Amino acid sequence: MSALVEVRHLTRRFGGLIANHDISIDVRQGEILGLIGPNGAGKSTLFNQIAGAYPPSSGTISFDGRDVTALPAAARCALGIARTYQVPKSFDSMSVVENVTVGAFVRHAAPAAARRAAGEVLAFCGLERRADAMAGELTPPEKRRLEVARALATQPKLLLLDEVLTGLTPSEARQGVELIRRVRDAGVTVVMVEHVMEIVMPLVDRAIVLNLGQVLAEGTPHEVVRNPAVIAAYLGERRRAA
Amino acid sequence: MDQSGSIPVTATAAAATATTTAATPDASTTPAAPPSAYAQQRRRQLVQGAIVLLLAALLPLVVTNAYLRNVLVLTLLYAALAQSWNILGGYCGQVSLGHALYFGVGAYAASKLFVDHGVVLWFGMLAGGALAALLALVVGYACFRLKGHYFSIATILFAEIGLTLMHNWEYVGAATGIQWPFGPDSWWTLQFARDKTPYIYVALGLVAVVWLVTWWIEDSRWGYWWRAVKDNPEAAQSLGVTVFRSKMAAAALSAFFTAVGGAFYAAFVSYVDPDSVMHFRFSLLMALPVVLGGIGTLWGPVLGAALLIPLTEFSRSYLGGGNGLDLMIYGALVMGVALIKPDGLVRVFAKRGGGSR
Repeated sequence: MSALVEVRHLTRRFGGLIANHDISIDVRQGEILGLIGPNGAGKSTLFNQIAGAYPPSSGTISFDGRDVTALPAAARCALGIARTYQVPKSFDSMSVVENVTVGAFVRHAAPAAARRAAGEVLAFCGLERRADAMAGELTPPEKRRLEVARALATQPKLLLLDEVLTGLTPSEARQGVELIRRVRDAGVTVVMVEHVMEIVMPLVDRAIVLNLGQVLAEGTPHEVVRNPAVIAAYLGERRRAA
Repeated sequence: MDQSGSIPVTATAAAATATTTAATPDASTTPAAPPSAYAQQRRRQLVQGAIVLLLAALLPLVVTNAYLRNVLVLTLLYAALAQSWNILGGYCGQVSLGHALYFGVGAYAASKLFVDHGVVLWFGMLAGGALAALLALVVGYACFRLKGHYFSIATILFAEIGLTLMHNWEYVGAATGIQWPFGPDSWWTLQFARDKTPYIYVALGLVAVVWLVTWWIEDSRWGYWWRAVKDNPEAAQSLGVTVFRSKMAAAALSAFFTAVGGAFYAAFVSYVDPDSVMHFRFSLLMALPVVLGGIGTLWGPVLGAALLIPLTEFSRSYLGGGNGLDLMIYGALVMGVALIKPDGLVRVFAKRGGGSR
């Protein structure tokens, strides 16, 4: 499988803190990749740099064969990178379908076409009944779905999910897992940052474990959870979870 | 049932319905419904606009008193100005308190072009609008890196710089300003000495144009992107919205129409000087009707201006200007609305629509 994203020697400093140190990873075309690690491991920092929220201190990121290191988030979205936020950032003065339409406008200049596309994405995400509700009225799990729908409306090649399953009830989380599988089946590569190991491990094709800003381990979920370094750093007291 | 290999957006209607029924058995009607309901709502807004326009066009038949006609012209002018301010402040969420700058630029550009070069007012309006739009891009380039209150304060500074500049710039008459020459009544120069009715219709036309532009924006890419920028710039950016460019476009459009209003005002009063067109109070008078009526709404600015401007004028003439009583009433009204209907008075009417605007 070819690499959709190539991260090379990526370092990010925040003042004196080194959040990412010399990280080199690949995201392969068509996979679901889990980005895991204990709190403060640098997962979100890595994730945000791939999305273009802020630039790296050094190193390069290429996407689909192009160096995107210097591109801002909006330009990366146009190339096919979409993301969700851990704390949903919905447009609360707008309805659900309007929220999604904002994303659809990246691919459709005509309002009618953008609206239609938004309607289809809402149906895909199981939110069509809430299309005319105001985004602020949604329940927390619905807001998570809206985050995913909005991102999908930009027709991404790569979808970055930041803890979309965290804090959901088991049945809500199962529905979320099903949605993510369908997204992948539709040909979208998925990278997910997640804490809930029970759910992530069966879902992802591959996992990368970060610790203290560096890559600690990489491999199938099966390999990763057996890696002694990972157990020591992260899963030590929670082995049952895997 | 679990075959869903279609990419979400390019999914055919059939595939979309298939996934719909898979997820929620009782939702089989919706996919087709929203667009048509939406189109109906859009058409209804247009019809409402036409009705209001028609009723307003009949006002000169009822309002015959010269003083009241003057108030009517000002009310319509401020409705147009507030609507222009709403493009940047309401839809894009960038609260400018320096729009007096653009108002003044329009008034001065049209006056200078007409008085010194004999250029017809209508062209002066467009020239002033274009100049103000350019200026808005300069101000925007400097200020749009600032957020919230910091942006607002920066816009005040720019307007004050403009005011000071005009006070001292001999080319535009410095503190004495520019007096329009007396001439025959003419539609070219929009000079009407006795009958003020033409001003009412031109101002009404201006309201109609800005309202239509706003209506059109609401269903355009810019409209969606501006509202996204207002609600959450970071999320907007992640969805491909170029935030800085969006703000710049809103600022330019807003400034253009504000300056057109300024040019109209100059022709109406046939005289401009720095304090009569660029004073800070103009910036307030453009923003407050929007806050009162409903920020980021189609009808809020018009409604707000229809209430506030007559109130200001009447309180000024009955209570006397200069003592600030009119501004106190003004302030009390805005405070009252902020407490009782924080989304603006337009929400009182929007109840049955239950919708977003």
